[in-house]
Amino acid sequence: MINYSIRRILWAIPTMFSVLVFIFVVMRVLPGDPAYAILGDDVPPEALEQFRSSWGLNKPLWAQFGDYIGGLFSGDLGISMANRQPILPQILRAMPFTLDLTFAGMAIGLLFGIPLGVITARYRNTTVDYSARMFSLAGLSTPSFYLGILFIFFLAYKFKLFPIIGGGELGDPWSRLSHLVLPALSVGLTQMAYITRVTRSSFLEIINAEYLQTARAKGLKERVVLYKHGLRNALVPVVSVVGVYVAILIGGSITVDIVFSRPGLGKLMVGAINSHDYMMLQAIMTFFAAIIVLVNLLTDLAYAIIDPRIEYR
Amino acid sequence: MWKNKTTLIGMVLALFVLLVGLLAPWLTPFDPIQQDISKGDLPPGPVHVLGTDGYGRDILSRIIFGTRISLSIAVSAVGIALTIGTLVGVFAGYKGGLVDAVTIRILDILMTFPTIILGLMVLAVLGSGMFNLAVAIAVAITPRFARIARGSAIALRGRDYIQAARALGMSDLRIIFVHIIPNIANEILVVGTLWMATAILQEANLAFIGLGVKPPTPSWGGMIRDGVNQLLNQPWLSIAPGAAIFIVVLAFNMIGDGLRDVMDPKTME
Repeated sequence: MINYSIRRILWAIPTMFSVLVFIFVVMRVLPGDPAYAILGDDVPPEALEQFRSSWGLNKPLWAQFGDYIGGLFSGDLGISMANRQPILPQILRAMPFTLDLTFAGMAIGLLFGIPLGVITARYRNTTVDYSARMFSLAGLSTPSFYLGILFIFFLAYKFKLFPIIGGGELGDPWSRLSHLVLPALSVGLTQMAYITRVTRSSFLEIINAEYLQTARAKGLKERVVLYKHGLRNALVPVVSVVGVYVAILIGGSITVDIVFSRPGLGKLMVGAINSHDYMMLQAIMTFFAAIIVLVNLLTDLAYAIIDPRIEYR
Repeated sequence: MWKNKTTLIGMVLALFVLLVGLLAPWLTPFDPIQQDISKGDLPPGPVHVLGTDGYGRDILSRIIFGTRISLSIAVSAVGIALTIGTLVGVFAGYKGGLVDAVTIRILDILMTFPTIILGLMVLAVLGSGMFNLAVAIAVAITPRFARIARGSAIALRGRDYIQAARALGMSDLRIIFVHIIPNIANEILVVGTLWMATAILQEANLAFIGLGVKPPTPSWGGMIRDGVNQLLNQPWLSIAPGAAIFIVVLAFNMIGDGLRDVMDPKTME
């Protein structure tokens, strides 16, 4: 297992590097000249040239890539093209809001999804099962931002239960939390739908498995049999897809940021796109990529701990 | 599959939506892009069943027309992803070796990113427009097709009739198109249906962010975006198009569920 862990961690390095190359290629090599995009069409060519040289865009590509990677190592993500401020502090300011949302959304998904999955598997083909599965289907079919809009209208406006916009004061935990509830529910419900399905199918397979027959033959109560022995194994597939689900969550948080006006990374990213701020865009992509690679790494390591049989692929 | 109630309902719904999209010009009571400020901001009533927006355009008509937009973008996206993904995947899987290794690497990188982020990247660089939207969504879906196609190609590679074809001197390209692709076509098409729901959702997401089709073309996500500022006074502006998205995506998800049940008997009821 140690062997696997080390190899897996090392594997993350070339993976991350390839991702960085990909991001760089997309941002620099594909069509689109940032100088035109930002300055417009009717500026004199000298202004365009000056823009390009001040941002290092007229250096050969490999030099630009070197700058990019070098900057990452020294913690410098560059300067925003839109507001001329260093990018890293801006990202760090926005990060807590996105992290909050991601954790909370995942927590909701797991907390409600796993029990629901277990229940629907245990009582399959009953009314409980069908209604839960319809609910799941509905959750999968609703865009997160639409859920957010519905929540805002019905809960925050009509019944005045929660604040409508903003992320709250970071220093004040209560404010932070109350601003988190509706957004987290918006992304969490979709998560819940996914997790319920995975748990259900996994648990269904376990329920009739042979080693449980042994436990039953020993005379243990059904409840002990299922939950103590079966559940742990049933949750393994759930762990292995957490990495994928985090990626989905991050994607969902972008639109939810807009709906609730949360000052998170989603808002930063949309702002960058609208103002053609390629440096900011590149930096945010890099950041997201790093998080996802890290989460996938942690998930794989956790999986190795849970299932000692796994070997390096 | 026909006995499954969910799938049946899903298919009926999907058919309904498809018909609405196809017959849109005959179904819309008003012109979806005709502006008439004097009739602006009307609440739902007997004439304008879902009200009008700020420019006086009938919401119901815009939603009906939006069906065409959303469906065409989704179908194009899945179509592009399916075609390119299958070709790439089969080629890589059949050839093996370096080609395969490099391809897998690229697929893995693409699959690390959430669908919407890939879409944003592509649109940030290419600019908006219906075709670009389809491409942006397709980029995220293509690796999934490629993986499946590759898996099947690897499995088929060792089969007797393939060996025989090779022994007869058939070129690789011919083998791929004549033997391998027809054999995986079924599976690929089923997978295609499964991804329709995602494609429609992603189009809505991108439109809501502001990268969807340009106005005045009606698009569900765009309509929600426009209506969100008036959410508290005129909730129908955002709630109605969202309901449309929900219905269509639900339909495809129901179909997808039914298909999955058929393919994997273990989870059948």
